[in-house]
Amino acid sequence: MRRALLLVVPIVTIMNMPALAQVPSTTTATTTQATKPTYRAADAPSSTPVVYLGNMKPVMDHASYFHGILDEFEGRYAPGGSDFRWDGEAWYGTDYNRVWLKTEGTLEHGRLHDGDHELLYSRAVSPYFNVQGGVRADIDDGPTRTWGALGVQGLALYEFEFQATAYVSDRGRFATRIEGSYDFLLTNRLILQPQAEFNLYTKSDPARQVGAGLSDVDAGLRLRYEIWRKFAPYVAVSYAGYLTQARRIVHDQHGETGALRFTFGIRSWF
Amino acid sequence: MFNASRTRDGLTRRRFVTGLGAGGLLAAMPLPASASPVTSGMVPAASSATWNLRVGRQRIELDRKVLHAPCIGGNVPGPILRWREGDTVTLNVTNTLRDEDTSIHWHGIRLPANMDGVPGLSFTGIPPGETFTYRFPVQQGGTYWYHSHSGMQEAQGLYGAIVIDPRSPDPHACARDYVIVLSEWTDVSPMDMISNLKMQDDYYVFRQRTLASLPREARAAGSIGAALKDRLQWSRMRMAATDISDVTGIIYTYLLNGHAPDMNWSGLFRPGERVRLRFVNAASMTFFDIRIPGLEMLVVQADGNDVEPVPVDEFRIGVAETYDVIVQPRDSQAYTIFAQSEDRTGYARGTLAPQPGMAGPVPPMDPRPVRTMIDMGMGDMKPGEDMKGMDMPGMTKKDDRTGGMHMPDMDHGDMGQMDMDHMDHAMPATPVMEVDDPGPPPINVENQNVAKMPVDRLGSPGDGLEHNGRRVLDYRQLRATRPGTDPRPPSREIILHLTGNMERYIWGFNGRKFSESGPIRLKLGERVRFTLINDTMMEHPIHLHGMWSELENGQGDHRPYKHTIISQPGSRLSYLVTVDAPGMWAYHCHLMLHMELGMFRTVIVA
Repeated sequence: MRRALLLVVPIVTIMNMPALAQVPSTTTATTTQATKPTYRAADAPSSTPVVYLGNMKPVMDHASYFHGILDEFEGRYAPGGSDFRWDGEAWYGTDYNRVWLKTEGTLEHGRLHDGDHELLYSRAVSPYFNVQGGVRADIDDGPTRTWGALGVQGLALYEFEFQATAYVSDRGRFATRIEGSYDFLLTNRLILQPQAEFNLYTKSDPARQVGAGLSDVDAGLRLRYEIWRKFAPYVAVSYAGYLTQARRIVHDQHGETGALRFTFGIRSWF
Repeated sequence: MFNASRTRDGLTRRRFVTGLGAGGLLAAMPLPASASPVTSGMVPAASSATWNLRVGRQRIELDRKVLHAPCIGGNVPGPILRWREGDTVTLNVTNTLRDEDTSIHWHGIRLPANMDGVPGLSFTGIPPGETFTYRFPVQQGGTYWYHSHSGMQEAQGLYGAIVIDPRSPDPHACARDYVIVLSEWTDVSPMDMISNLKMQDDYYVFRQRTLASLPREARAAGSIGAALKDRLQWSRMRMAATDISDVTGIIYTYLLNGHAPDMNWSGLFRPGERVRLRFVNAASMTFFDIRIPGLEMLVVQADGNDVEPVPVDEFRIGVAETYDVIVQPRDSQAYTIFAQSEDRTGYARGTLAPQPGMAGPVPPMDPRPVRTMIDMGMGDMKPGEDMKGMDMPGMTKKDDRTGGMHMPDMDHGDMGQMDMDHMDHAMPATPVMEVDDPGPPPINVENQNVAKMPVDRLGSPGDGLEHNGRRVLDYRQLRATRPGTDPRPPSREIILHLTGNMERYIWGFNGRKFSESGPIRLKLGERVRFTLINDTMMEHPIHLHGMWSELENGQGDHRPYKHTIISQPGSRLSYLVTVDAPGMWAYHCHLMLHMELGMFRTVIVA
């Protein structure tokens, strides 16, 4: 479904690149009348850098940081079958340039599926958004697929966490993933988070339970308690299911086409 | 009057005891880790021109938080240095730290650039095992302070007060003289704080608007609808009205002269005596709102310079500022010095009492401030209003504290065509030869907001202090006792925007952090007006090293001379600088994490 891809392209462009032009234009006017401002920007970047004594920079505002978060690390229980799922990401880098690792997967009846691992370069482009590009590998107990990835990630209006990524596979197929979540603060530590992830593909791939069009959804409503910021157990209801053509594919394979499950897990980060 | 110290919380207090010798005034009290608790806050009996200061690490436990704090002589705060105006002081600073450089910056002191103590700008720091000798003539009197400018040592305890005897006789002779150093204490390393804030900007804020707080907000706003609308407005901007302090009482214990609140630092007085209290905010991230219930405070000095006395009930002290106040307790009772953090997540506390071991009642903390559209630089607009709806030229709407909106100079954007003559000017509109205006900062990775209508907030005591029923000091009340020494009008104006992106936790000027900018170059001998427009929604205490900042607060040639000026969110202010000190100087926000993450510039005077 090309329509899915088309949806993403404008998003990528909307998230714009004003940051690339950080330096306001400066002029070098030297004399002016009393009232006319000169726009020489006293602190503009200079071609003659300052020589610091002992080469010591007075502050370190250009450091690299390393963090990882497991948003989902949970058991999901339902009469039809229980499974275990994780979804996390880690990044290393500076304010502008970072390397991201994203990984998710579901373990069900001893089989790993929906295994999706991405290695991305991330560039900050606006106050709240990053453009990310790299590779995705679907590695689990099904056949392996590899994709090129390009997307945006950030904080949308109303503090809505948002990711949209377009993928092109080594076999010339296209796919899109859209993810979002929102934190409702019930108290300062008790937080209700609706979250959803949708996958869309241009072509079906029955070996991976993928159908053309809107293929699958994984959503949850999680209620977590932040014992401390980096450690929050949660209870949730989650739904994982296949849609449209994928649903028929899975049905024909006698798989479970979708289930609402009682879930609990731990959200943690470092 | 009641004596609580021996009985109440006896066990919990004991955990502060670190095993050092007791004695003197505070024998019954748990001791801070300092070796000389008795003299904590006491100005040395006489000034000295030579000081030997040893920087090392000392294991100190306060409020169950253990830190191997970098400090001088094993004490937090370090010793109070008493100098005399006119002397040349010699300060031998020995670094006994194992594997890190150190430095001491003499905050607010006018001295040669190579004595200023900023590694990279003044000198190359003091390596382990070495001694650096600072020597400079003291040309000023008043209350100042010193702190490390290396790494994060200042945030962990390397700071102390300076008291300089003025050459002219002190017009405010007092029977008692105490230094009150306010600071924070935590066992979380500042590098961890920065890293946490880079991942989650509200990491330390547990006072946000929630479902649980909605009924209270609805009552305040008049209806649930109004409260929700205000919330939506903030969340649409991806900012938080509850963003007051980046680092809070969740990890900080607030200290008064190195004493946690339970330890109750005490200063003695005899009823009827005049007591001078020299407040120094040596915190790295916290503004304090100070009052002494039952006592009027007479503000007589700001940043070391005498001002016409202002009687107040309360005042806010920004990070790195100093204020001297005089109180005259007449009753034989204990008075509580109450310094609550601006975000109301904790307080530092001490006691003035006629006898040791007394404690006065500790008042409850005030409600925490909530940011408004003024803090966003939207002037007096209500959420959702736009500028077209405002009746600008008439400007009859009055805020009783700020005296209406003061917009001394508007030169950008859609404000430009307005009739300036109708505006209420707060500052003398001295013509300047050259205006250096970067224009509104770009919205980019490093800047999330532009103050479209920055207002003059010098008449406001600050967020959370307006209309609280007390007389609270504001900047407009500060009037120097002598006219300024340089009557020249400025020949140049430098406009700087204070910018930042809270979400990414990046700070800077003009939308750029330090590492992406050039220096600010000043010509020796020139007179410059700095205009600060605060596009962020936080206060920033801006500190220029080496030269005075003369705040243009409507007091004409009796402008107060300051070394650190609070720029309130959404505000515009200006100050004059006589560029009389050659060399490389630091210019920065004194909130340590803001400075470290980019709100810093090098100033080169040549």
